[in-house]
Amino acid sequence: MYDVAEIRQNFPILDREVHGKPLVYLDNAATSQKPRQVIQTLTDYYEKHNANIHRGAHRLAEEATAAYEEAREKVARFISAPDSDGLIFTRGTTESINLVAHAWGRKNLREGDEIVLTETEHHSNLVPWQLAVRDTGARLRFIPMLDDGTLDMEAARRLIGPKTKLVACTHASNVLATINPVEELARLAHENDALMLVDGAQSAPHMPVDVEKLGCDFFAASGHKMLGPTGAGFLWGRTEILEEMEPFLGGGEMIREVHLDHSTWNDLPYKFEAGTMNIEGAIGLGAAVDYLDELGMENVREHERRLGAYAHGRLSEIEGIVLYGPEKDRAGLVSFSLPDVHPHDLSQLLDEEGVAIRSGHHCCQPLMRRLGIAATARASFYLYNTEEEADALVAALVRAREFFGAFA
Amino acid sequence: MMRELYTQIIMDHYQRPRNRGEIDNPDIEEHLLNPLCGDEVTVYALFEGDKVSDVKFGGRGCAISQASASMMTERLMGKSREAAEKEIKGFKSMMTGETEFPEMDDLAALKGVIQYPSRIKCATLAWNAFQKGMDDGG
Repeated sequence: MYDVAEIRQNFPILDREVHGKPLVYLDNAATSQKPRQVIQTLTDYYEKHNANIHRGAHRLAEEATAAYEEAREKVARFISAPDSDGLIFTRGTTESINLVAHAWGRKNLREGDEIVLTETEHHSNLVPWQLAVRDTGARLRFIPMLDDGTLDMEAARRLIGPKTKLVACTHASNVLATINPVEELARLAHENDALMLVDGAQSAPHMPVDVEKLGCDFFAASGHKMLGPTGAGFLWGRTEILEEMEPFLGGGEMIREVHLDHSTWNDLPYKFEAGTMNIEGAIGLGAAVDYLDELGMENVREHERRLGAYAHGRLSEIEGIVLYGPEKDRAGLVSFSLPDVHPHDLSQLLDEEGVAIRSGHHCCQPLMRRLGIAATARASFYLYNTEEEADALVAALVRAREFFGAFA
Repeated sequence: MMRELYTQIIMDHYQRPRNRGEIDNPDIEEHLLNPLCGDEVTVYALFEGDKVSDVKFGGRGCAISQASASMMTERLMGKSREAAEKEIKGFKSMMTGETEFPEMDDLAALKGVIQYPSRIKCATLAWNAFQKGMDDGG
């Protein structure tokens, strides 16, 4: 296990104050803070190596290309991908899923085909599929959520069948903290000759990921939620499937040969990396992966499992609070609501005390509707958070409630 | 600082909303969603000739959106269409900082919201719904 006090020293922003109080940053599911090692990598890149990658026959271009391709290797190893040719840099999870929905979906979906999702998905794993079926005549089916926040796997077994072409599911829910049985869904998909896409936005930053063990065909995640800079994320896909897909964006770098009336495509992964990529973002993500590897993802998961359970327990002591999601086997975040203080007012009042949480629908409007609410408050933890910070959250909640109660 | 945002007047309207409810066969029934947060408001109004004879609101939201809706119903009751439109324009220009809040006005209780740009949409939600209802022929 690592020493939390020691690693907090690596995150300069954790030293700052907000409204005269120490920052308690509990909005990690939205984006994580960045360690000095990542920030320094970005500075080094611009101070020493900046050049456009590939094709350049000069020293800086070679250095930048090597750093970029090294980052690809690191990220591929991080998710235990069988090779790095299937590792495509994107802007993040949203772009990764759009890439598959567009480049795979429009080529392979026909009328009568079905895509199976769940009713707990983030908009980023729902709207791209709505667009794909609108253009192809395929249709969407949804695995329902049970009242305890887990998926109805019996329904999943009925829904995934011969018409299914792809199953797409979030690995860890950004609202419920449920860790979904994606291995089982991948097995059901493959039994029916369908593909499996895993939205790893909330799992890759927080737990060991092995795409071979998950048995998925696509895995999407965002770098900025796992200590990396914003604007850089990745899609991993099985190379034999990626080879058969149409390109996503057309332009420079993704081509082999261009004529005035047609073109041929570059090899993987470059076929899907059109134009100048977010070079420093990818290199920064490589540095973030180094940092996570050094801590050990088993340790990160254990720290967050313990801290999440502690926070869940402390919050459950607050009278009248509603906690969402399952009781056990949770990711390190907690969504909740108080009957007497609206989530927005709550986050505003907590901000006053330096405690940063998020409130709203968390880009999961269908799930909010399923829960019969418009919004929740959400505290999400990461590898640098402490039990003292969970205590600060609870104390601030109690004071926010007293403040509102005084007007009743 | 919180007392600048959550003033006594706002909290009073939030805890004891005026004109909360529905109107049967209304001339205006406009449902608006704040896409940022999922909060929603429905504004109902009845006209007698040119005058607002009844106005009510429903929905769910934060203290700012609910208090602002409650204050709006009091403000628009009895107003002509033209006067209502003027009130809405005036309120929105105060919320964007283009004009000052009159000091002796209850609405000045919402002045603190201007410092929190993400919350301005909460305050203007019901007012936008009423305007949209009138624009749509209500």
